[in-house]
Amino acid sequence: MIDVATWIGPYPFRDVPHPEPAILAGVVEREGLSGAWVGWLPAAWQRDPAPGNEHLLAALSPHPTLHPAPVVRPDWPRWERTLDDLLARRAVAIRAYPMHWGLPPASAAMLALGAACAERKVPLLLTVRFEDLRQRSALDVAADLTAAHVRALARSHPDIRIVITAAGRDLIEETHWGLTPEEQQRVHWDFAWVWGPPEEHFAHLIRTLGPARFVHGSHWPLRLVQNSQANLDLLPDELRAVAITDAETLAKTVGKNPT
Amino acid sequence: MTELLIDVHAHFLHAGAGRADWERVNRARLTAGERMGIRCHVASVLGSYGHTSPTYFPSPADVTAGNAAMRVIAEREPHRVRWYVTVNPNYTAHALAEIRNARQDGAIGVKLLASRRADDALLDPICQLAAEAGMPVLHHIWQHRTREWPNQEISDGADLARLAARHPQTQFILAHLGGGGDWAHTLSAVADSPNIHPDLSGSGIDRGMLDAAIRALGAGRVLWACDLTMETGLAKLRALAHVGLTDDDLADIRWRNAVRLFGAAAFPMVHA
Repeated sequence: MIDVATWIGPYPFRDVPHPEPAILAGVVEREGLSGAWVGWLPAAWQRDPAPGNEHLLAALSPHPTLHPAPVVRPDWPRWERTLDDLLARRAVAIRAYPMHWGLPPASAAMLALGAACAERKVPLLLTVRFEDLRQRSALDVAADLTAAHVRALARSHPDIRIVITAAGRDLIEETHWGLTPEEQQRVHWDFAWVWGPPEEHFAHLIRTLGPARFVHGSHWPLRLVQNSQANLDLLPDELRAVAITDAETLAKTVGKNPT
Repeated sequence: MTELLIDVHAHFLHAGAGRADWERVNRARLTAGERMGIRCHVASVLGSYGHTSPTYFPSPADVTAGNAAMRVIAEREPHRVRWYVTVNPNYTAHALAEIRNARQDGAIGVKLLASRRADDALLDPICQLAAEAGMPVLHHIWQHRTREWPNQEISDGADLARLAARHPQTQFILAHLGGGGDWAHTLSAVADSPNIHPDLSGSGIDRGMLDAAIRALGAGRVLWACDLTMETGLAKLRALAHVGLTDDDLADIRWRNAVRLFGAAAFPMVHA
């Protein structure tokens, strides 16, 4: 099982314990995961993602279970060339941070990036939030990713595959039920921020959206890696055998009819 | 006996909460607790949870109804549920009467919401009575209050530290270190308040929080708990295995600190 939501590198707003690739590789092994999609954490707050991408690729190269998910900023010059270069250098998914870049839901740049990812059969990875609103630094002014952003992308290209991390139940439902059945199949969600018992939001979403819409994501090094498995382990008895999607399969399904 | 586990911060719903699914939610807590190995839920009912008066400013009638519902749950589940009596300090006489009655009915602690800031003088008679009754006070807390938040008169660790200094004989549980705000601020704010014991509950699961809390306060002052999100409680429980604790430290956090605070008589199921 792939963890789609991990980063290395320092976090601007608080000290995070050892956000280093060797530590992450150990965590992946300890937790029984097959690997992780890894980003460069500071990149979300940096105007030019290129230096962060270089740091990321260099840092991950000794670690075969850590797969780079670098950033492509589609309102930046020569971004298509950057995208192709990163894919040639074993990027497995492309991250984008439209809220941090001030790009609206119908941004032509974001839709162009979505189309480019779809044509290249690479998932587009978007993060709703890094921290709970209640503890966010006064300097961290980017709003949470909106459902409108996700719906616009999901409707934009038949072959797009979008992975959304750190969404709660409200955003997931607002997006999912605002899409056609075909469009819904283009979006996958991690459930690291979805409540388990006693409210059982995760169980509700498994019942209503189906387990195939969900992938595993931990938000390491910001959050405890144990949370997603805990959520799975606390599903009601009748749901405990459900199989979520292994993100490793997503790139292989890009461009094929959804099942 | 590291396997024992007490959740010192739980809630149950009731028919007056305005939710048709309240029984399902209560069952889900108990079922998840069984799976997690929780031997005892120390729980409260927060008035009507906003249905007929605000959650954090419950009316006296809702306080009484909620406490009555909580008592019924505890009496129905004597092998796994203990309870806090919830009070609103704006109604002093009512609050004191609720505590006295609830103590007679088996309550083992007092729950304070955000009806009045923690260092307000109106909390003094409540804390004094709690100390006399040997009942720890679980106080709802925001970690580092940097502004007012709607629907609550929120307190932070520094506010609670001022109250705790006025009541050295009263034991306070600082609610949900992972429940929003800046937990690092709280650790500094209560470090010199030995009668404040943070619980680890809340939806926040920041890496580094557990280590920092134990480093700042010691394992003898930290209590494991869930509050509204039991999956984050389980995640923290599993993470505690990786922060370098001794078996004694782990037992303290899982259950022994709770027994010390509430008294062994509060948890006969633990010693059965």
